[in-house]
Amino acid sequence: MSVHAAPPAALGAGSPRHNNKRLAVNVLKLVAARLAGLLGTLFVASIVIFGALYLAPGSPLTFLTHGRSMSPEAIAQLEQQYHLDEPVPLQYLRWLGGVLHGDFGTSILFHESVGSLLGSHGPITLVLVVLSAILVIAFGLAVGVFAGLRPGVASSSIMAAATAVMAVPAFVAAVVLTLVFAVVLGWFPVFGTGNGGLDTVYHLILPAIALSLASVAFVGRLAQAAIRQEMKADHVQTAISRGLPYRFVIRRHVLRNAAMPVLTVAGLTIAGLIAGSVVVEQVFQLNGLGSLLVTSVQQKDFPVVQGICLVYVAAFIVLNTLIDLAYSVLDPRVPASGRKQ
Amino acid sequence: MSALLEVEGLNVHLPVDGSLRRVLHDVSFTLEAGKALGLVGESGSGKSMTVRTIARLLPQGAKVDGHIRFDGTDVFDLRSEALRRYRSGDVSMIFQDPRSHTNPVRRIGDFLTEAMRINGKVPAREASRRAIDLLAEVGIHDGERRMRQYPHELSGGLLQRVMIAASVAVRPRLILADEPTTALDVTTQAEVMGILGRLQREYGMAMLFITHDLELAAASCDETIVLYAGGIVERQQSKRLHDDPLHPYTAALVQARPDIDHTTGRLPAIPGNPTSAYEAPDGCAFAPRCRFAQDRCRQAFPPLLTIDGIGASRCLRTDELRGTLLAGATTEEVTQ
Ligand SMILES: Nc1ncnc2c1ncn2[C@@H]1O[C@H](COP(=O)(O)OP(=O)(O)OP(=O)(O)O)[C@@H](O)[C@H]1O
Ligand SMILES: [Mg+2]
Repeated sequence: MSVHAAPPAALGAGSPRHNNKRLAVNVLKLVAARLAGLLGTLFVASIVIFGALYLAPGSPLTFLTHGRSMSPEAIAQLEQQYHLDEPVPLQYLRWLGGVLHGDFGTSILFHESVGSLLGSHGPITLVLVVLSAILVIAFGLAVGVFAGLRPGVASSSIMAAATAVMAVPAFVAAVVLTLVFAVVLGWFPVFGTGNGGLDTVYHLILPAIALSLASVAFVGRLAQAAIRQEMKADHVQTAISRGLPYRFVIRRHVLRNAAMPVLTVAGLTIAGLIAGSVVVEQVFQLNGLGSLLVTSVQQKDFPVVQGICLVYVAAFIVLNTLIDLAYSVLDPRVPASGRKQ
Repeated sequence: MSALLEVEGLNVHLPVDGSLRRVLHDVSFTLEAGKALGLVGESGSGKSMTVRTIARLLPQGAKVDGHIRFDGTDVFDLRSEALRRYRSGDVSMIFQDPRSHTNPVRRIGDFLTEAMRINGKVPAREASRRAIDLLAEVGIHDGERRMRQYPHELSGGLLQRVMIAASVAVRPRLILADEPTTALDVTTQAEVMGILGRLQREYGMAMLFITHDLELAAASCDETIVLYAGGIVERQQSKRLHDDPLHPYTAALVQARPDIDHTTGRLPAIPGNPTSAYEAPDGCAFAPRCRFAQDRCRQAFPPLLTIDGIGASRCLRTDELRGTLLAGATTEEVTQ
């Protein structure tokens, strides 16, 4: 680090315009690399999912024949219609070829294109996950900041409660919440998605709480720990020694610095909500992607399972990329393209 | 004229695992306006605690007895706004490790101007201009560029100069410099000391300069205090301290310094380990390691004896041993 003898030619190196340009280039590089990674991951994931479904016992024929015994001719015709008679690799390639043309196939179960199924079930899941994410950020940070800045009996109790809540699985939370707030108190509907708009959001509040509860506790604990640690940091002592107002020190030094680790982990936690939504949708009988996925897996509805899984994987990777971008903006020590994973 | 800083009978205890542990033991000294006072001692002797107490930066749960008066006002009586004014305008700290003491995600410009803008209500533009001037004063001439950089983009020496610039920016009346050059290499150390000393004299600021290096203290301070196990053992003119130490511990320190004539061979280390204040035995804290210790030294904590016109020493045998401390040790070293 020989900053001492910076040659005059390097004078522009630190100018904001130059910095911004460098940041923009790095961001583009990162996005391009991630996009390539996304496509690669989706490709591999699609093979794995296809193979797994093939290896699992059962066949969509059971559903197609409604369990009735049919003539071999009729079965052969059904198999031909859905290309079930072809070798598995060929089935996969047929599916892949369709995907490259924007066609994700047709549901064996619903006789509907996978695209339109995703379109009709996706919004519920999206609203559920976004609501949960808002809860995680809002309450997780509120709890963490309070406990981090005001050590005392209240904070210790909150943190102890958070530790307990973290261990509660989403389906247990769902059952307990339903019992208390829907059945006993009657504040919320027991299940279903209502009739659109705000009514749907209202119906999704309890599921969102169930889905986010453990994550709220986790992010809260994390934020508390990050703030406590930052409060002890030497640079915060410098700020205090300069007589800067307490609120300024907290905002610009403590919270600003604690935000970096917290946002990263909070982002990962939110990405994890996608997986948790499957369980919660089942318990609350929400007709989202999760419920659709479970039905499709049970009936071996290959194209639908593929489509939903790929949406999940893509959402997870996109979220991760956003977290990395946010991190590189928040921390000047991390070059945008430098952080791996 | 009364002194700018008066420390009187200062005792500090810090909580460790639920019990209070002594870190400072009966520390008293005064510092006149515009003067530089050195504070020398081994690691753990309480140097940092002394300045942190003065700046009211003690950890939570610390127990403090005694008085610290700044310009006649007891520092421990300061509350909220008054305390902020004291910290922002009267005293200013320079820390040992500039890297950990600057916020890694804020720009040098923010670091330099935040106190001016927030405490002094100086407009951002004016604050930047002043900061660039200050950087020039500490020998950084491409200030405009540096202002936009982050701490990790600067070398340690450069960052310490920024730290110094930030400290003198508010023209404090007292600078508390806690080993400002220990983390730097020798050449950079000399540069930074030069800058600090010059600014201190030019601005007429008083300075409490902490170091574990007797020579460094002598080079930049009028007087030097030697700290051992949380207590002052000696105070003298820096120049005399080296040639005519009053306390056996100071003599041992002088002897433990590398001698330019004998670059090879082991340094005569002080036998035994440095003691923390809480582990110190009854009586003189240095007695277990002292070649001159007698039974009476171990009986009671000795008082700090003032020696008129010269300084002070916390050794019961100061009078009889004066002048022989260095000589005696040297012959002993030779015969060993
Ligand atoms: N937060 C703390 N809680 C309890 N004891 C502490 C704390 N900080 C320091 N001490 C103890 O106080 C004593 C004095 O520490 P201090 O930091 O003042 O030493 P120092 O002379 O500055 O040493 P160094 O040269 O290593 O910086 C040491 O024994 C140390 O262990
Ligand atoms: Mg120290």
